[in-house]
Amino acid sequence: MVKEIERAGMTVVHACSIVPISLTVGGNRIVPTIAIPHPFGDPHLAGPEEKALRRSLVEKALQALETPIGGQTVFE
Amino acid sequence: MSTSYKVVHCLNQFFGGLGGEEQAGAAPTLVQGPKGPGLLIENSVPGLRVMSTLIFGDNYLAENTEKAVQEILNLLAPCFEGDDAGRPDLLLAGPAFNAGRYGIGCGALCQAVQERWGIPAVTAMFPENPAVALYRKTVFIAETSDDVRGMAEAIQRMTPLGLKLVRRESCLPEEDHYIAQGRRKNVRAAKTGAQRALEMLVQRLQGEPFESEYPMPVFDRVRPAPPVADMRRARLALVTSGGIVPRGNPDKIEAANAQRFGSYPIKNLQRLSSQSHQTVHGGYDPTCANGDPNRVLPLDAVRELESEGAIGSLHDWYYATVGNATSVESAQRYGQAIAKILLADGVQAVLLTST
Repeated sequence: MVKEIERAGMTVVHACSIVPISLTVGGNRIVPTIAIPHPFGDPHLAGPEEKALRRSLVEKALQALETPIGGQTVFE
Repeated sequence: MSTSYKVVHCLNQFFGGLGGEEQAGAAPTLVQGPKGPGLLIENSVPGLRVMSTLIFGDNYLAENTEKAVQEILNLLAPCFEGDDAGRPDLLLAGPAFNAGRYGIGCGALCQAVQERWGIPAVTAMFPENPAVALYRKTVFIAETSDDVRGMAEAIQRMTPLGLKLVRRESCLPEEDHYIAQGRRKNVRAAKTGAQRALEMLVQRLQGEPFESEYPMPVFDRVRPAPPVADMRRARLALVTSGGIVPRGNPDKIEAANAQRFGSYPIKNLQRLSSQSHQTVHGGYDPTCANGDPNRVLPLDAVRELESEGAIGSLHDWYYATVGNATSVESAQRYGQAIAKILLADGVQAVLLTST
């Protein structure tokens, strides 16, 4: 899906927990997330801390969208 | 005289009998003797013995592969570095069918064990398993059907292939039913290359079927799109393969091998909640996502950033499917359809989340 959306001309960031799969399939802007069952959160954190973590991941994704890249790039 | 072979077998928490998704985070353990499919492996060849079974949680291995593999090598070391008589001849892993996380675990373990101890290792998967592209060049992967209904056939392919490797017999993908590794082998042919090439050319000119001796690899790569100049002015859309849908799953999206995607309104919605949304993805433990669906589709954080001006605007709908053993062909179709809708609405940037 990432590839087809990019092929259509939009800039896409793939936020995912298993980065090697995204690299293999052909994602270009990749942001690694926390864990498979909760990519944008961590149930062990208190509510506000979890929200802050989620927000920081979204901010990283927005930065990735604004970053020029020459090929597949993982935004650690 | 019957030869006996000693095998170490690797299984995920499900096939190893530890439990379902609630055990997907389980740290690896080594148990004596065969478990589950290991019993079938033992029965498939007389004299073969599964000495021990290594069981790992799918998430434990897929999320932090390098570290987990190192732990497993430490667990297996006494077994592979003990006295000659007790040392295993072969490592088998899976079959993993079309399970992506399980496939990654099996591929990583086969690769690590054959590198470290120089013994053959074989796993088995469906050709579309994402782990195939990662490991096929270094690991022997017997070809299976996409789900567990193909268990008997998978065992009948994986085990004999492993034993052939133990006996150092030559193998071929077409004969031994494994996924081609892309190796070149020297063989004697009755005709010269020039003769074979001309015959092929004639067949081609006459529109007859012919088989290339060197099929070209197909690379489907998309050039990175240019960056968005300024997210503060851009229109963003949210898409997920994590199966987040309105409660009740109005489109009846399947928990695995999804046959559709859904479009769901988020206009005026500030956040997802356990009352409004849920996951229908069958490939991970839904507890965390159902407790707070923003953990998979981070609408609350996106809205916050939008209200602060960091995002120009948010497209009024989000799009969701289940990326769990879903075919590549289906995913392409959904991606194309979603892209069309987004372009029509002037979307420039997309955040796609996967579990």
